[in-house]
Amino acid sequence: MAEKAIEVTDLTIAYKDKPVLWDVDMDVPAGTLMAIVGPNGAGKTTLIKAILGLVKAAAGQVLVYGKSYAEQRHLVGYVPQRGSVDWDFPTSVLDVVMMGRYGALGWLKRPGATERAAALDALDKVGMKPFAERQISQLSGGQQQRVFLARALVQDAQLYFMDEPFQGVDATTERAIVTLLQELRSAGKTVVVVHHDLQTVPEYFDWVTMLNVRRIASGPVSEVFTEENLRQTYGGKVAFLSAAGNGKNGTQYATG
Amino acid sequence: MDISQLLYDLFFDYTLRTVGLGAAILGIVSGMLGSFAVLRKQSLLGDAISHAALPGIVLAFLLTRTREPAVLMLGALIAGWIGTLFMLTITRTTRIKYDSALGLVLSVFFGLGLMLLTFTQKLPDATQAGLDKFLFGQAATLLQRDVITMGLIGAMALGLLVAFWKEFKLLTFDPEYAASLGFPVRVLDVLLTTLLVIAIVIGLQTVGVVLMSAMIVAPAAAARQWTDRLSLMVVLGGLFGALAGVGGTLISSSAERLPTGPVIVLCVSTIVLISMLFATNRGLLWNWIRSQQNRRKLRARAVLADLNTLAMQHPDQEHGHSVSVLRAMSTNPDGVSYALSQLKERGHAREVAHEVWALTDEGLAEASKNLENKRE
Repeated sequence: MAEKAIEVTDLTIAYKDKPVLWDVDMDVPAGTLMAIVGPNGAGKTTLIKAILGLVKAAAGQVLVYGKSYAEQRHLVGYVPQRGSVDWDFPTSVLDVVMMGRYGALGWLKRPGATERAAALDALDKVGMKPFAERQISQLSGGQQQRVFLARALVQDAQLYFMDEPFQGVDATTERAIVTLLQELRSAGKTVVVVHHDLQTVPEYFDWVTMLNVRRIASGPVSEVFTEENLRQTYGGKVAFLSAAGNGKNGTQYATG
Repeated sequence: MDISQLLYDLFFDYTLRTVGLGAAILGIVSGMLGSFAVLRKQSLLGDAISHAALPGIVLAFLLTRTREPAVLMLGALIAGWIGTLFMLTITRTTRIKYDSALGLVLSVFFGLGLMLLTFTQKLPDATQAGLDKFLFGQAATLLQRDVITMGLIGAMALGLLVAFWKEFKLLTFDPEYAASLGFPVRVLDVLLTTLLVIAIVIGLQTVGVVLMSAMIVAPAAAARQWTDRLSLMVVLGGLFGALAGVGGTLISSSAERLPTGPVIVLCVSTIVLISMLFATNRGLLWNWIRSQQNRRKLRARAVLADLNTLAMQHPDQEHGHSVSVLRAMSTNPDGVSYALSQLKERGHAREVAHEVWALTDEGLAEASKNLENKRE
């Protein structure tokens, strides 16, 4: 198998005394687009945050390109859920995107012309360049999402984590994200996406991890995205499972 | 006392100059750091900190038996800081929520402070006199030495704010993302909160523990109304704070027995009120004007559509329709005349006879275009 971008071994996380993730193993080969799916409360976001060191693990190990996250931070870009911030914050689109360079800039240094150019370039990639000077509270949900994507793009990472980028976005934004994912893959990057829409999994991604506190399955979509695994992940709440695995006949999956 | 005399004294009278300078420093520091507190949804943290500072002030006096402001400020600083740490520990380790923790710390510390204050006032010696001025503030007690201390500490706090501007901005907007980039978020959080404690302590002698939180929240809230840029908001916050500080001090010093704190707070409240009402972009007045303009525009469109509907029932475009029919069709009959005059101005409609209107060619084109857009 190719080089591993992420190796998660025996990861266990608990809030107070309730386990959120239980003994999770997950390998992500470099250069793949991986979806993480599972019902609400399955620990999808927590898994990403644990890999990024934002949530403390009770047990287990996480390696990013063979080393700890702290050592490999410069290789990683992060797109949080857009609902995690206050969009009424007094700042412009360009300013938010430049924040992606803050880590590389280090202490005390101010963003300058180089950062500005990089930010404008990233905004162009997500079709948001005309909005560079716009106050962020004036953006639609989809536009907010694209700003967050641009902010991660200027990190110029090898490995990207995206938390529900498709959540509640318009068709334009969905298309922009899909195009972006494909561009990232052809550039040899690895992308891990928390995803909700089971129907588009086979179309958008080549690997999938199915999660419900425990890891149910993880591997190439063609092998593990099966009726049996879906049933285990969603606890029998998935209707019309016969379509699982190809997802191209237009069947609606109802998830609980 | 007339205003020119007051302004003259502000520059040449020793007491007034000292007091004015002190109030300006406290306004600038609390307005600028308060902007961050407000954006971080920590407005009430300032209230808890300033109340928590009271026992520190009294204890500092009891231990040293001096009323040296620097000593008392140090006591306030330590107590305010301990109060903050208590609050953070309570929210992190128990199931008590942030707002309840705030209330707990505020009331427990303030109660302790009041108790100590009462105890101190019963002491036989007279050195404790004036300690209760810390409740509502007394600008007249400021000496040049105190102002210099305030200025130095304030400059240090603002220096740190500028030095870590980028980090504080990121921390305020998106702390989790900041952590993912490798910034020590916990340390930055403690540092920024410490700066807030400093800003509060600087103002305690002048404004008092009860109302100091207004100096944190109000200038920032007013500044937010005027701008969508963080840097400008922080500068404006400082400016508004200074304005209220100096204005309040002047007013309270022009009359006998007027406590400084409440007067300064009234000044800053006036600034907030004006900003809420008249600020461009976010102010209520502007919002109202904008919504009126939109409403007129929509009303003109509606009348145009009504005229079009009527015209479709007559093969002859010259055929006029009376205003009373249009009024009957409109949801807002009173606006019809104004809408018609607007349509006339744009050349979309013309008055063929008194109170009888018809579409022009341009009006017809415009109406069908609107209809087309609506269908899409």
